[in-house]
Amino acid sequence: MKTPRFGERLVALIVLAALLFSPPLILPFDRTANGGLSWLPLYLFLAWGIVIALAAWLMEHGYDDQGGA
Amino acid sequence: MPRVLVVDDEPNIVLSLEFLMQQAGFDVVTAGDGEQALARVAEQAPDLILLDISLPGISGFDVLEQLRADPVHARLPIIMLTAHGREVEREKGMALGADDYVTKPFSTQALVDKVQALLDEAR
Amino acid sequence: MRTDPLVLGVAFGYLALLFVIAAWGDRRAEQGRSVIGSPTVYTLSIAVYCTAWTFYGSVGRAAEYGPSFLMIYLGPTLAMLASPFVIRKMVRIARAQRITSIADFISARYGKSGSLGALVALIALIGITPYIALQLKAITLSHAVLMNYPEPPGLRLVEEGFWADKSFWVALVLAVFIILFGTRYLDASERHEGMVAAIAFESLVKLFAFLAVGIFTVFVMFNGPGDLFARAASHPELNDALSLEAVPGGGIGWVGTLVLAFLAFLTLPRQFQVLVVENVDERHIKRASWLFPLYLLVINLFVIPIALAGVLLGDPGGDPDSFVLTLPLSAGLDDLPLLVFIGGLSAATGMVIVETIALSTMVSNHLVMPLLLRSPHLHLGSRGNLSGWLLGIRRVAIVMILLLGYLYHALIGDSYSLVTIGLVSFAAATQFAPALLLGLYWRGATRLGATLGLLAGFAVWIYTLLLPGFAQSGWLDDTFLQHGPFGLAWLRPYALFGLEGWDIYSHSLLWSQLANAGTLIGVSLFTQQNRLEQTQAALFTGALHTSLVYTPLWQGQTTRGELEALLNRYLGAPATERILTGLAQQTSDDQAVPPEVIARAERALAGALGSASARVLINSVVRGEALDLEAVLSILDTTSQTLEYNRQLEQKSRELAKVGEELRSANERLRELDRLKDEFVAMVSHELRTPLTSIRAFAEILRDNHDLPDDKRRHFLDVVVLESQRLSRLIEEILDLARLESGRLTLHPQRLDLAALVRQSVDAVHRVQEERGVMLEVAIDTDEAPVIGDPDRLEQVIINLLDNAGKFAADENPHVLLRLERHKQHYRLSVEDNGHGIGEDERERVFEKFHQIQQYGAGSGQVRGRPRGSGLGLPISRGIVAHLGGRLWVENASTLGGACLVMELPMAPAGIEVQEAVKKNKAPPER
Repeated sequence: MKTPRFGERLVALIVLAALLFSPPLILPFDRTANGGLSWLPLYLFLAWGIVIALAAWLMEHGYDDQGGA
Repeated sequence: MPRVLVVDDEPNIVLSLEFLMQQAGFDVVTAGDGEQALARVAEQAPDLILLDISLPGISGFDVLEQLRADPVHARLPIIMLTAHGREVEREKGMALGADDYVTKPFSTQALVDKVQALLDEAR
Repeated sequence: MRTDPLVLGVAFGYLALLFVIAAWGDRRAEQGRSVIGSPTVYTLSIAVYCTAWTFYGSVGRAAEYGPSFLMIYLGPTLAMLASPFVIRKMVRIARAQRITSIADFISARYGKSGSLGALVALIALIGITPYIALQLKAITLSHAVLMNYPEPPGLRLVEEGFWADKSFWVALVLAVFIILFGTRYLDASERHEGMVAAIAFESLVKLFAFLAVGIFTVFVMFNGPGDLFARAASHPELNDALSLEAVPGGGIGWVGTLVLAFLAFLTLPRQFQVLVVENVDERHIKRASWLFPLYLLVINLFVIPIALAGVLLGDPGGDPDSFVLTLPLSAGLDDLPLLVFIGGLSAATGMVIVETIALSTMVSNHLVMPLLLRSPHLHLGSRGNLSGWLLGIRRVAIVMILLLGYLYHALIGDSYSLVTIGLVSFAAATQFAPALLLGLYWRGATRLGATLGLLAGFAVWIYTLLLPGFAQSGWLDDTFLQHGPFGLAWLRPYALFGLEGWDIYSHSLLWSQLANAGTLIGVSLFTQQNRLEQTQAALFTGALHTSLVYTPLWQGQTTRGELEALLNRYLGAPATERILTGLAQQTSDDQAVPPEVIARAERALAGALGSASARVLINSVVRGEALDLEAVLSILDTTSQTLEYNRQLEQKSRELAKVGEELRSANERLRELDRLKDEFVAMVSHELRTPLTSIRAFAEILRDNHDLPDDKRRHFLDVVVLESQRLSRLIEEILDLARLESGRLTLHPQRLDLAALVRQSVDAVHRVQEERGVMLEVAIDTDEAPVIGDPDRLEQVIINLLDNAGKFAADENPHVLLRLERHKQHYRLSVEDNGHGIGEDERERVFEKFHQIQQYGAGSGQVRGRPRGSGLGLPISRGIVAHLGGRLWVENASTLGGACLVMELPMAPAGIEVQEAVKKNKAPPER
């Protein structure tokens, strides 16, 4: 048996990731720091890392191999 | 002359009972609620009590219970009066040690007879 | 130090190492101790996604176009997140049907269509070969940079001839490798364990090499990331380098690249190969779904720092694509550049190996074999063993594909930058997405729809990306780029239908996917599936839900002899024996073969030849309707019907449980009502008996005593009269209450002046209150108080309130204050007394029926002859006020300190019909 809400949680995570990676959510971070470089790459790497961490947690804890999705 | 204590919160009922008892030749004391009733018992040492159940404050049942708990009044004749026609109340009153139970409205003659009979029995 | 022999020695030494690893992996597999049976190896094999394009090109793209290169990796991140839905389904289908490639997958989905498989194989060949060329070019270029630094690399290919080009020899070595480890078995759906092990190893090498150069750049050439970014920030040219402005096409280009990478990750032939065909255990997918994105994140960590460093250290002539190499070279190192070269080599060779295997399988199974099967010379007539032929075809295909890639690189490789070819290939691969993904989830997609969709999308791809690329390379007249073909501006390839301002990839993606998916859906809606298509569509779309076992029922007849001959010819004797085990040895050649053996034979042939060819072959020996499609479909339908039926049953039982629950609570409510009714009857009887008792007692006294004094007689008669009045009032109240509760209370609402009504009510009770010694004070703060109400009923309420207040006012100097004032859109009438007041917890209970407020103090009931209330006045008053749209409640008396009852009625709207106003204000009856 898989955790009953695995599917819903995974869909939510995919939607979250898609939103985090695209405009308009990336626009607020497209600002230059005091020196002149944009924060955008830093934001992207952070968001990416968070999504991976959430996925790792979900896959390793919320999912059992025997079930179907 | 035997003394009868009439306890009821309806002034007109007290009035009628007072008249009836006086006419039957008893000395009558009255009370409008449970506390008063207990005080009258202590002061006046009545020979019989006509006790209404639904009284403001201490109910008739409480008065009955307290009197029966005191050995001095354990055998004092008490007639319960009630406007509730329910059997449960009658049984409760009898279980608590009432000598008789009269449902309102009552026949005046029957009530007087009951009082007389109980007083005779007690003597 | 960087001598040619050394570099070549290391490079070919590395390739030799790959051979060793692959051979080791294969031997372990034969011994049954697989080295690739782990989710980590699976993840590393997926990392074949990161090619030389990632290794060298990401830095170049970052230097030119800012952070947009990340989209190429965020897309696959999204795809891998969805892998428990999508890829798991594909793996399950591929396992059940022995799918060998993405062409086979799409062909099988649409009724094992041979033409569709051929089309997919052709598109892949055209679209992906340049990508292979790109890898070879990267090898040549990186070698040249390594050898010539600090001179510009200068591709001297044309002058020197191919034998001097190292990548030609690399390609040759790779061809040998792929033939050795990619075509060991005929069955292409068997895993290539040795090859996968080598690919996983290559993924580790390229990651290690890239991290090494990144760490060297950031921590040795600069003093950590802080120093690097501070110096980059002070460089005015780099101001916008990392912002969205540097991305071609801005926000649209951003999203376009993200979608492009997402789709391409699922449809690139090499990704399909490692994700689906080479998957050994579908449980590995869940680990890979986050571990692979992590790999991507790590390998991209240093891309931006290296790009910034490359620009900062100013190598004006340097190609950003080569920063990875030139940075350590400029620092005067020898070992690190060599490591980087090997890393790039590993990225390139990994991609070439897997892509070539995938393409060669497609080419041999879907382009060559179907042609050969049609040729009468090769078919059943001849008696030779064809299994060797099959392997031969695949090997030739491998060599041809690599040669084609090399030619592409040698002849036209200079025209594009690395990144450009990569994205053009991506866009070609995404043409498979509609047929693949819609086919997985929409049962109605038909073969014709998929074929036409693919053609349409591919045509748009050629027109919007390939031809303009040719034009820019100078092989075509590029006027049609600027002005459109035949001067038709709306047909300009980079601004189709006037869509301008988009980057070319998003532009092409949009139009080609629209054409592709649109045609697929549109045509599918108007075409019929044949029965095999229906079956396959059902098996594909239902792969996850109904745990279907693929057991096609063969109806047709064939003999053991015929089947054995067929299998022998295409698969060889050992494989044939495995398939036919279970058939009794003594079975004669003329005996009929059981259906499941025919099914097993078809699957085995499909693993070697692809499903379409396998089907053609089986049909050639089986007589009669080969496959009982009706039966398969009915199995499918029964399964889904059963599921549907179960679902309905479940829903029914849930509904039943709910109804039961409702019944139970309704029953409880009824019981509660019953109890309340009993209580009410008891209370009513008690209240009626009390006056009746006095009446009867005095009536009997008067009857039995004729000689009573006159004053006493009159007194007793007065009591009888008073108690009779009380009795009738009580009955009236009980009836009112009953009407209120049943909603049958008839009110006669009209517009009236509440102030006047108050004065009238006060007059009515004034005398009685005076007699009782109550001081009644009236304060009306408004001239007129128009409300809608029934005057009689409202007067009853006001009198009741005054009466109550009089009863509960203080024994000494009883005082009652009535106040009428306007409050917002309402009129408020409050009646205060100076009595004990009503405690917080009693304030709602006074509106309960027969609730009598306890009056403390000895004999208070008799003081001033105030009669006791029935306990019905306030509930009735509240009911009436509620019917008129108002409220009645208790609060603290602000002036007199006792209780205060407040009645609030809405102001009568000027000029509105009375009846309507009442309807609107009418509250539901209270229980």
